[in-house]
Amino acid sequence: MDAAHSSTAIAISNYVFPNDLHVHWSMMIVLYPYITGLVDGAFIIAALYYLFDIKSLRPVARFSLLFALAFLAIATLPLLLHLGRPERNFNMLLTPSPSSAMAGFGYIYAVSMGVLVFIVLFVYRPDLVELRAKSKGLMKFLYRALTFDSIDLSKDALELDRKIIRFLVGIGIPVAVVLHGYVGFIFGGVKANPTWSTPLMPVIFLFSACVSGISAIILAYIVIRKIKGRSIDHGCIKTCIQTLTLFFILAFTFEMLEVFSHSYLKSGYHHMVEGLLNGPLASSFWLWQVKICSIIPLFILGVLGLFTIKKNIYNFMAAIVSAMLLLQVLIMRWNVVIGGQLMSKSARGYTEFHPEWFDKEGIIAVIIVMAIPFIILFVLSRIFPFWEQDNETNVK
Amino acid sequence: MNRRSFVKKVLNGSIAGSLYLVWPMGSGSLEISQQIPEQIPGIREKEYDILNQEFAFIVDITRCIGCGSCCVADKREYNVPDGNYRTWVERYVKGFSDKIYVDSPNGGLEGYQHPRTDIEEKIRDTFFVPKLCNMCKEAPCVQVCPVGATFISPDGFVLVDEKRCVGCAYCIQACPYSVRFIHPDKKTVEKCTWCYQRVRKGLLPACVEVCPTGARKFGSMKDETSEVYKILKGPGVLTVLKKEMGTFPALYYKGARREVI
Repeated sequence: MDAAHSSTAIAISNYVFPNDLHVHWSMMIVLYPYITGLVDGAFIIAALYYLFDIKSLRPVARFSLLFALAFLAIATLPLLLHLGRPERNFNMLLTPSPSSAMAGFGYIYAVSMGVLVFIVLFVYRPDLVELRAKSKGLMKFLYRALTFDSIDLSKDALELDRKIIRFLVGIGIPVAVVLHGYVGFIFGGVKANPTWSTPLMPVIFLFSACVSGISAIILAYIVIRKIKGRSIDHGCIKTCIQTLTLFFILAFTFEMLEVFSHSYLKSGYHHMVEGLLNGPLASSFWLWQVKICSIIPLFILGVLGLFTIKKNIYNFMAAIVSAMLLLQVLIMRWNVVIGGQLMSKSARGYTEFHPEWFDKEGIIAVIIVMAIPFIILFVLSRIFPFWEQDNETNVK
Repeated sequence: MNRRSFVKKVLNGSIAGSLYLVWPMGSGSLEISQQIPEQIPGIREKEYDILNQEFAFIVDITRCIGCGSCCVADKREYNVPDGNYRTWVERYVKGFSDKIYVDSPNGGLEGYQHPRTDIEEKIRDTFFVPKLCNMCKEAPCVQVCPVGATFISPDGFVLVDEKRCVGCAYCIQACPYSVRFIHPDKKTVEKCTWCYQRVRKGLLPACVEVCPTGARKFGSMKDETSEVYKILKGPGVLTVLKKEMGTFPALYYKGARREVI
């Protein structure tokens, strides 16, 4: 252990266990928590509107549900691409080992998917009934199926819908928290890895999930509305940014608390964690995750919160800060998942990770996986209209 | 008898004779493993009571000479793919400054035939540390396996059912000793089994059998005459690796310095 304190000694005694040279959890396992995080954050925005009655979020509430649905639909894809024997994936549901944290995934995922689908169907029911009347042929049949063949839009029926939505969103919040907190626990529960094994891990994952999801909604809303040449609801963006600020302060505080605890407690293999953050991860952690993608956004969020800024500039800065925070969370996932594995369990050395282009877990595959939810979102937009006031703006 | 029939009879005789030499006539009823004398006493003579067994593995660091025979035996026993290791041997070099230099080129498969030349300071001590599955009683790999493909057998062996393994590699992350790997062709996880299939036939693990210095010892704790029983019962100091992980290994080290991780 003493060797780690001298840089010259590290050079010739960088010893990695022979089975640790290969990084087993690579980019697909970076994407998996990133995707479930986007789902969680988007769902939080919808929950704030439907359950906590934050009225200003109305313009993005429906869209964030569809956004969450599009990403949740592919959340299992990176996992399947990662599995050595993907054809056996159902064994996790059929013959789960109750002692394993990972065995819970299928059930938690299925419940979240079910709850989200029903929320979307109930939220959209009035629109779907209208669209059903307007459409013909296959689309008519589709809308009929999606409304469960009910065209009742009476006041009582809508009031019942509202209650059901509140109930489902009420269930949805703990489910979403479990879905992502659980992903954090998958890492936090590995005692063999000193950077992962901390009870803070689920908390960090949860808050950064909210950050990424809310950022994604802000950015997507602004970009889609700009492209379509439609107005941007400033009040809505402002509430989103305020919520984002709160969650980002929490996420960043806990991320830094974890690092601080390691270096202050100096327990166990702290020298390995320090060596990792100051060595192989020096640029991706300190420079990119902390300095560029956390300190600068915190500064921008501070400016947005404290000063009165023109609407256009505010929205532009909101889009920029959201893009930076989306990157921050992705880099954070990378630093946790891949960074954590660079430390050999020999506690004497670090391995290297070189992403490949053409591998089932390679860069091309990552791009494809991340493109699919946008295709799903496009298809969903043909069935479920994103925005409520579209008709008004069209008339204008 | 003419010449033709004489040649025929001689040919037949020599074919029959050579067949007799290659045909294992006398021991045809015995399995190959049983032709080898029993190496773990007490396994063959009575029915194997799987619920009443306890085995221990002891690595004596003071005896290991870093020849790599154990690694070769293991690789041959299991056809271990290159770059992956069920067992390996590390070379520790300790300088007078208390710095530790560790290496294990190719897992020690070729043996340590040449000293390290890249260390500038005066060397105080050097020793070899064989590594293999710790057969933890509280095995983290078993705990995390989502499908129960990794399990502890009733006789205390941590084993993998390759027909159930989904290849998620969670066990690889969970193992504090890094003894697991994904088989590049099967895409399922593999690890040292202490040669379970040999033990059940009364044979020692392959690495133990070939060790020329007795640095690797294996035996039954139910047999009071076994070497491992005597060592574990005796006053000598034994340690386990990464005790703080709370895994309670059944693999013990004799003579391991505090620097061994």
